[in-house]
Amino acid sequence: MSERISEADVAKVARLARLHLTGEEVQRMTAQLGGMLEHFADVDALDLAEVEPMTQPYPLVNVLRDDVVAPSLDRAEVLAAAPSAEDGRFRVPPIIGLEG
Amino acid sequence: MSAIDGLPGDWQMVVGLEVHVELATATKLFSASANRFGDEPNTHIDPVTLGLPGALPVLNRQAVELAMRIGLALDCTIQPCTFHRKNYFYPDMPKAYQISQYDQPLNVDGHLDLPDGTRIGIERAHLEEDTGKSTHLGGAGGRIHGSEASLIDFNRAGVPLVEIVSRPDIRSAEQARQYVTELRAILVAVGASDAKMEEGSMRCDANVSVHRPGTPFGTRCEIKNVNSVRSLGRAIEYEARRQIDLIEAGERVVQQTRHWDEGDGRTHTLRSKEDADDYRYFLEPDLVPLAPSAEWIQAVGDALPMLPGARRARLAGATGVAADSEAAMVVVERGQDDYVLAVGAAGGDVARALVHVKEAYADQGATPTVPAADLAALTVLETGGQLTATQAKAVLADLVANGGGDAAAIARARGFEAMDTGALEAMVDRVIAEQADAWAKFCAGEGKAMGALVGAVMKASHGKADGKAVTALLQARRG
Repeated sequence: MSERISEADVAKVARLARLHLTGEEVQRMTAQLGGMLEHFADVDALDLAEVEPMTQPYPLVNVLRDDVVAPSLDRAEVLAAAPSAEDGRFRVPPIIGLEG
Repeated sequence: MSAIDGLPGDWQMVVGLEVHVELATATKLFSASANRFGDEPNTHIDPVTLGLPGALPVLNRQAVELAMRIGLALDCTIQPCTFHRKNYFYPDMPKAYQISQYDQPLNVDGHLDLPDGTRIGIERAHLEEDTGKSTHLGGAGGRIHGSEASLIDFNRAGVPLVEIVSRPDIRSAEQARQYVTELRAILVAVGASDAKMEEGSMRCDANVSVHRPGTPFGTRCEIKNVNSVRSLGRAIEYEARRQIDLIEAGERVVQQTRHWDEGDGRTHTLRSKEDADDYRYFLEPDLVPLAPSAEWIQAVGDALPMLPGARRARLAGATGVAADSEAAMVVVERGQDDYVLAVGAAGGDVARALVHVKEAYADQGATPTVPAADLAALTVLETGGQLTATQAKAVLADLVANGGGDAAAIARARGFEAMDTGALEAMVDRVIAEQADAWAKFCAGEGKAMGALVGAVMKASHGKADGKAVTALLQARRG
């Protein structure tokens, strides 16, 4: 059982992502996610006092593109890859709220 | 302020507005599909829009530039900024997150001045992408509830938006309407957006709470689905009253998102407000920071056109009307203020030109068909006393119908000649004699009687008499 993430955290994130996990699955995911988070402990162990906080590893800003239109993907081809389509649009199951 | 809103007791409303505006770019915020409204569904889609694995976003330079125009027009500070992922599950966002700006937005700390001078603070104006469009099948009236399926069109997904967040400085429904109207005029003026609420290119959410002056602000509710400036006013008014009724009944306002229903004129619970944490914001790893250079900011600022507020002030200065008068508001909104000033430059009377343009140019755009010099000539005839107001109106109608012309020649063709003062005096005296009743009432101070007398003179003169001259003569006769 990891201290970095609790079963309650996992259950909450699953709910937000509309994933229905059984109790057994929540336990398993918690252990696995905890294992991943353990790797970050390696970073915590480093002395980073001299390193500027950064939002990106790349020393870049302002990567921009010109506002020029490129052709769209072919609709028929894209919709053919979808589980369900209707009227030129993607058809999805009813959208339920968090309360549902 | 309560009196204006019609709120009971000493209750006051506190309103902040979040306005989303679609930017007038050729392409989407992070991909090269066309940004176009009204086309066949799913004809402007690409791997980034659809969130296909491996697709990478690249920021649109023009979207940044338009967002900077908005920021500068609202007197914001433009700062180095980052993009975040706002995670939530909804099929109109196939990546399961929206790329937005979170704690480091592009534009911060600005303000917008209402026409009457009231200053509304702008907290931030940040870039983000729009979502796709869902159509719910089966549910009553296309609603989510009870629907059996939804159809998704991703043409709008990824379209660049700027979300403009005001401070809670708005204190009445009327101020909210003025704020949105003025903001819209600014957005159109700087070319950032066509800002059409009816087409959804400008959308408005309102945070509404109530309190009594001197006490802390109450719990707020967010009102969504407001599709016109008029509904905005109605929704805010309704919501403020709902909250006051709750509090006065001893209950409390629950923080939540509510949906405005134009049909029944009420707001309805949509969902309890999710905590900011629930969106699990984190820095978008696929995008580097945006840090516009001082030179870029300067260039965008230098290229900004004169804004509506400054144009109204300029027109007011030239004509003597108030900057928030209807004439100044209407004429600047139509973009006809340059034309009015051109009439002045052509030797005409700008104050008369302003009134004429406001009254007769509703169907004309920013470049009216009547040459400014022709309207100038008409106003000169008026100031010289050669045409009465009624006659000038008729000549103006001819000018507008013909796209210009010689005002003096039109007046002659219509048989308009300035009435001899002596003839007018005789006519006034005759009417006084004939309308003894009305004259007596007029002398007794009855305002309505004046209209009857002036009308009789106008009729006798076949519309040639100058209404102002007649009024002056009547008042002189009364002594």
